[in-house]
Amino acid sequence: MRKDSSGLMEMSQPTPQRLLKRRDFMKLFGGGIIVLFTVDVSDLFGQASRGRAYPTDINAYLRIAEDGEVTVYSGKIEMGQGVITSLAQMAADELGVSLESIHMVLGDTELCPWDMGTFGSMSTRFFGPALRSAAAEAKGVLLELASEQLKTAKDKLSVQNGVVYLTSDKDTRVTFGQLAKGQKITRKLDGKAVTKSVSEFTVMGKPVIRMDGVAKVTGKALYAGDIRLHDMVYARILRPPAHGASLKSADTSAAAKMPGVTVIKEDNLIAVLHPDPEGAEKALASIKAEFDVPKPTVDDKTIFDHLLKSAPQAQERDRKGDLAAGEKSAVSVFENQYVNGYGAHAPIETHTALARFEGGKATVWTSTQTPFPNQQQIAQALGIPPENVRVITPFVGGGFGGKSSAGLQAVEAAKLAKISGKPVQVAWSRAEEFFYDTFRPAAVVKVKSGTDSAGKICLWDYQVYFAGSRSAEQFYEVPHNLIRAYGQWGGGQVKAHLFATGPWRAPGANINVFARESQIDIMAAKAKSDPLEFRLNNTSDKRMRSVLEAAAHRFGWKKAALPSGRGYGIACGIDAGTYVATIAEIQVDKASGKVKVKRIVCAQDMGIVINPDGARMQMEGCMMMGLGYALSEEIRFKGGELLTKNFDTYELPRFSGLPEIEAILVKNDELTPQGGGEPAIVPIGAVIANAIYDAAGVRLFQMPMTPERVKEALKGM
Amino acid sequence: MKEIINFKLNGESTKLDTEGDRMLLWVLRTDLGLTGTKFGCGENLCGACTVVVGKEAVRSCQLPVREIRGKEVTTIEGLAGNGTLHPLQEAFAEHGALQCGFCTPGMIMNAYALLRKNARPTRDQIIQGMDQNLCRCAAHKRIVEAIESVAKKV
Repeated sequence: MRKDSSGLMEMSQPTPQRLLKRRDFMKLFGGGIIVLFTVDVSDLFGQASRGRAYPTDINAYLRIAEDGEVTVYSGKIEMGQGVITSLAQMAADELGVSLESIHMVLGDTELCPWDMGTFGSMSTRFFGPALRSAAAEAKGVLLELASEQLKTAKDKLSVQNGVVYLTSDKDTRVTFGQLAKGQKITRKLDGKAVTKSVSEFTVMGKPVIRMDGVAKVTGKALYAGDIRLHDMVYARILRPPAHGASLKSADTSAAAKMPGVTVIKEDNLIAVLHPDPEGAEKALASIKAEFDVPKPTVDDKTIFDHLLKSAPQAQERDRKGDLAAGEKSAVSVFENQYVNGYGAHAPIETHTALARFEGGKATVWTSTQTPFPNQQQIAQALGIPPENVRVITPFVGGGFGGKSSAGLQAVEAAKLAKISGKPVQVAWSRAEEFFYDTFRPAAVVKVKSGTDSAGKICLWDYQVYFAGSRSAEQFYEVPHNLIRAYGQWGGGQVKAHLFATGPWRAPGANINVFARESQIDIMAAKAKSDPLEFRLNNTSDKRMRSVLEAAAHRFGWKKAALPSGRGYGIACGIDAGTYVATIAEIQVDKASGKVKVKRIVCAQDMGIVINPDGARMQMEGCMMMGLGYALSEEIRFKGGELLTKNFDTYELPRFSGLPEIEAILVKNDELTPQGGGEPAIVPIGAVIANAIYDAAGVRLFQMPMTPERVKEALKGM
Repeated sequence: MKEIINFKLNGESTKLDTEGDRMLLWVLRTDLGLTGTKFGCGENLCGACTVVVGKEAVRSCQLPVREIRGKEVTTIEGLAGNGTLHPLQEAFAEHGALQCGFCTPGMIMNAYALLRKNARPTRDQIIQGMDQNLCRCAAHKRIVEAIESVAKKV
């Protein structure tokens, strides 16, 4: 990939060209070869709920310029998950060019075709195959052209490093650039192009160094807050002290007298603008505002009862057999309730946007996982057509689902730019980030399960409130099974939450796997079984067995009944088509209740692996990040007021909590690539809970498993 | 009130004419155009804004700019010399010791100060020395490995 001096790979370079309709893209770029291709994942999402059908005409495209440079355009964004590298690997391999010659343009609504957004571990799974087909198609075109030019049959030609040559004579050759010169070829993908098989991979499947690495270690990588425009100003916005509060009065007279300050008051938006962020901050502090704050009715302790009372109707899935019959056949029945509070995404980059409004058009640089939906939101807020809004997504400083929702900061920046006539940056403070985050919802799971005399699970009655049923699917063989989901992680129609909730890395899956795998261990303990053996005894799913066995082998698992006192935990799950099994070793300090995680091994079957190093990097990140939701991260609140405002009270995993981490990829080249950004996080809560039980003989039913909660559980022994 | 503040920034003599109570972070990012140093929390809790003053890693979001008078300030932009990456930068890129990259400049500057004080830290010393820097993508394992690899070469 070419790295220009901005380190931004053209993602943020504004160009004055007119706004384009998608079909005009090819005109803009003049000569060369452009392959148009579509990605159809419309069946994955309820289209109505997103307000727009996934496009079936063009989803992204790839261009070979007359100088031979290859550019991939995609509405996906890079937030650390590594698609800038893995997508480039796919295109390079299928085309037959070096990785370095691929140029990526991501997340720009003017240059890139519509995309729903970057979430759900879907870029490699769904966008990837289409990109590979497009690259293979482009290579076919190049071979045709070369065959004419070299007057040779196509099957006598080979491709390497952007050069087509006669297989029998390497000196008879022509470069991609020479072939593309003077051409204006566009092709619409017909699905006939044959992509490489795994054994033919030369760039895919090999570990490569991140393509954004150098820009990021030199400080040259630009994020939304790093974009500078002439005459730009920084905004601070008056915020309520609690959700649900309403403004009674605001006296901005002191701010208005400060040099360089512009006060904006429009409807409910009260903001101060200043050429320096601290100047804006001082002006904001001078505003005297009064709010009506509703009396708190619920807090972080009473929230679970509140949720159970507010539950909407259940949606059923995986109904099998008859629960009453299952209970009858059980020799032991287990009934438990599992909960977790609200969780924050807490990316180190807070929500940030810079907006410019000129000639009735807005350009907005913003930290978002969803540039195209944001374009709509901004257009709506400004009352202008979407084609008059250009959203540009520079590097995103962490998302984890938290930058896939409202895009409020971009709307605010755009409104303020329109009102003030100046480019305006809105960068949220850490307190604003916590206040407006779309939390992982507080949720409750009730499980009633049973085992028969042979140690087989014969009953599974699973009810989840406000998390949805992702990763709750049954892979254990249970004759009498029912899963009921009351409300989704987004909240849905029912207004039960006081805050916005949204997707948090593997939404809903973390509590579902926590509940299921804890319950499995409870049954295994009662049966005096080894928890690995109990699992293997209850599933014949080959992929699950293979990841369990791979993790156990690497860990050096030795059979023992629970609790063994060793502090070993095991848990497994399926997420985004990927199978994971995780084993951890922990120590519990009985005096303080503190859990020290010593080692975690995770085995993952994700089908074909495009970038093994990138995949392992995601797994390692999942394991370490997962320790946060498992052990320490929790939002505290009283009514609509957030008591958590910064990292002193919201404890992210730190270096001192780093265990020995091992990520194992279980080979499965029979299967197309599955999700990689989320699966390894889903068993972490469960594996820690199970290890705590194995270490200390106490069962934790609430995450995070803080020292106080562990101590409390130990007291009850 | 504005004052003149002379200091060395990434090896260059630099003169500011500004209010001395402004925080170094914002002066770097706004007046001097050095956006590699990041805002993360504003309260000395995350380390994203770490720069090196003299030999010390400091949080620039909490450092009034008048306190750098006469001192030497190094930011992430000043670490690479003549087109060659600093060994720590190279190690972070090679080990994949970053994901979103937002905490990376602060991580590298903190590690830079750590290694200047102790060229051969143990793994435990690295972990302790880096513990106040937060990485949400959780690249901790590779960050430690990257720093260890540089420490071994010294």
